Amino acid sequence: MSEKPAEQQTVSRSSFFLVEFFRESLAISEVEVKKLLRDPTELFTRAVQPVLWLVIFGQVFSRVRGIPTGHVSYLAFLTPGILAQSVLFSAIFYGIAVIWERDLGIIHKLMVSPAHRTSLVLGKAVSSGFRGLVQVVIIYVLALVMGISLRWEPWAIGGVLVSVMLGSAIFSTFSLVIACIVKTRERFMGIGQILTMPLFFASNAIYPLELMPPWLRWFARFNPLTYLVDALRSLMIQGGHSVHSFGFDIVVMVSVFIVFLLAARRLYPTLIH
Amino acid sequence: MSTDDAGMSKPGEKKAPSGYSSAIETHELSRKFGDFTAVDSINLHITPGRIFGLIGPNGAGKTTTIKMLTTLLVPTSGSAKIAGFDVRSSSKEVRKRIGYVPQMLSADGGLTANENLMLSAKLYGMKRSDRKTRVEEALNFMNLRESSNKLVKTYSGGMIRRLELAQAMLHMPAVLFLDEPTIGLDPVARRVVWERLTALKEEYGMTILITTHDMEEADRLCDEIALMHRGKITISGSPADLKTSVGTDVNLDDVFVHYSGGIIEEGGNYRDVRKTRRTANRLA
Ligand SMILES: Nc1ncnc2c1ncn2[C@@H]1O[C@H](COP(=O)(O)OP(=O)(O)OP(=O)(O)O)[C@@H](O)[C@H]1O
Ligand SMILES: [Mg+2]
Repeated sequence: MSEKPAEQQTVSRSSFFLVEFFRESLAISEVEVKKLLRDPTELFTRAVQPVLWLVIFGQVFSRVRGIPTGHVSYLAFLTPGILAQSVLFSAIFYGIAVIWERDLGIIHKLMVSPAHRTSLVLGKAVSSGFRGLVQVVIIYVLALVMGISLRWEPWAIGGVLVSVMLGSAIFSTFSLVIACIVKTRERFMGIGQILTMPLFFASNAIYPLELMPPWLRWFARFNPLTYLVDALRSLMIQGGHSVHSFGFDIVVMVSVFIVFLLAARRLYPTLIH
Repeated sequence: MSTDDAGMSKPGEKKAPSGYSSAIETHELSRKFGDFTAVDSINLHITPGRIFGLIGPNGAGKTTTIKMLTTLLVPTSGSAKIAGFDVRSSSKEVRKRIGYVPQMLSADGGLTANENLMLSAKLYGMKRSDRKTRVEEALNFMNLRESSNKLVKTYSGGMIRRLELAQAMLHMPAVLFLDEPTIGLDPVARRVVWERLTALKEEYGMTILITTHDMEEADRLCDEIALMHRGKITISGSPADLKTSVGTDVNLDDVFVHYSGGIIEEGGNYRDVRKTRRTANRLA
């Protein structure tokens, strides 16, 4: 291999935009997944909260029988909601990690490369999607232990995986947008705390929409978590019922994701000013 | 610090980038933050194939200048060209031709050196067949071959800096920007960095812009320097010329005092000092 003079192009960019774009995204998500597998403690600590919700909250509220859940038990009704919740709670703090990387100068390095900014954001979102898949495994195991009847048709499971990846991508990208706006870890912690609970309670995760007062139902309609839960409810559990069709839920989620992706693409470079 | 002596890179031909007369050229380049002018109308013409030092106390505007030159920050007014490309209108062309080592330690501690470099190789769009070879060459050049599969968080400060240099030179940029490349390093590690930078210049003809507080570093390493103070360039030239312009038997500290009316240690607000401390602590 001969030395190349500085000016000669070692950097030969593919003329296929999409090839280039996905290679970059993949490169980013690959290292994120590597880091996650190297230190998976985080994945397990993330599992604690859903366990508590299902085991304690779920069992107590099953006894109350105050929440109309149709043909399924409250515990079964709750299971998809808790999966969605754990997806939300783990993705929403993604921005902290990005602020941390900014403080270390890692983001600076990504930003001076000729890679597309959108693919840098997409790469992060995809890796967050993989985290979401781990949550799926945890909740399914838990549901099995608790005797909840799950659906095992391959297409239903495939639908769950797709929905969860999309949901993780949405909330992690939303989190990235927040991080770019608030810029410091301290402020982010505050905002993150403030955002998660309303998103969770103003959704159909732990009670059906019909139970809500109209103003809250109105709010829930604009909450992406609602569509994730809705998709999961019929895909995950036997006899589960979705308000919208799977296709509709997916279209809504994809649209929301694209909006966040474009916003994050614009704001990401400002994180290092 | 581990110093593996696994083969140095072959000495290549000396080639300066051609086709433009200045590797870095700025015209009245300025940046404001609110009312505060961090960089104030600077004009630079840096000859290709040289090491150029931007020197100044905390808060002088060195990092802000570098951020504008590396397309990370948009200038408020004025213009800058890198290797003939405008940082604003041709930012992508600029990015392909530059390497950057930020003031902080920017290598990813959760990855190995190899993985850090492979990520860069992909983001710079290197062909699959080139990636491995280039990564190996860069590791060799920076004497990191033997530790290339260890996690970077186990590295010493000097090794991390060399990894970052490897990462910044991987795609053979025409211009390298290094923000305080030796801050917090012990004297031996510093010397190694100086020696590698000189090798980058001599073997690959890269133009290198470094910032530093350190007059000894500027004197030994740089072909040309510019003193920066409160956003302005007060004087520039070769270290020898600057010294003779002030008097006989003077050092660069004296030059700085002469042209800025202050000593290099002075200056910098809380924010600047805290930032520098943090950088130094991470290396400790
Ligand atoms: N994003 C920002 N917002 C507001 N002020 C800023 C910002 N970035 C830098 N400054 C201010 O601009 C001035 C120049 O900062 P800069 O980081 O360029 O200095 P420097 O020469 O690199 O200093 P140091 O040696 O400490 O790294 C400082 O007073 C700093 O506080
Ligand atoms: Mg600085």
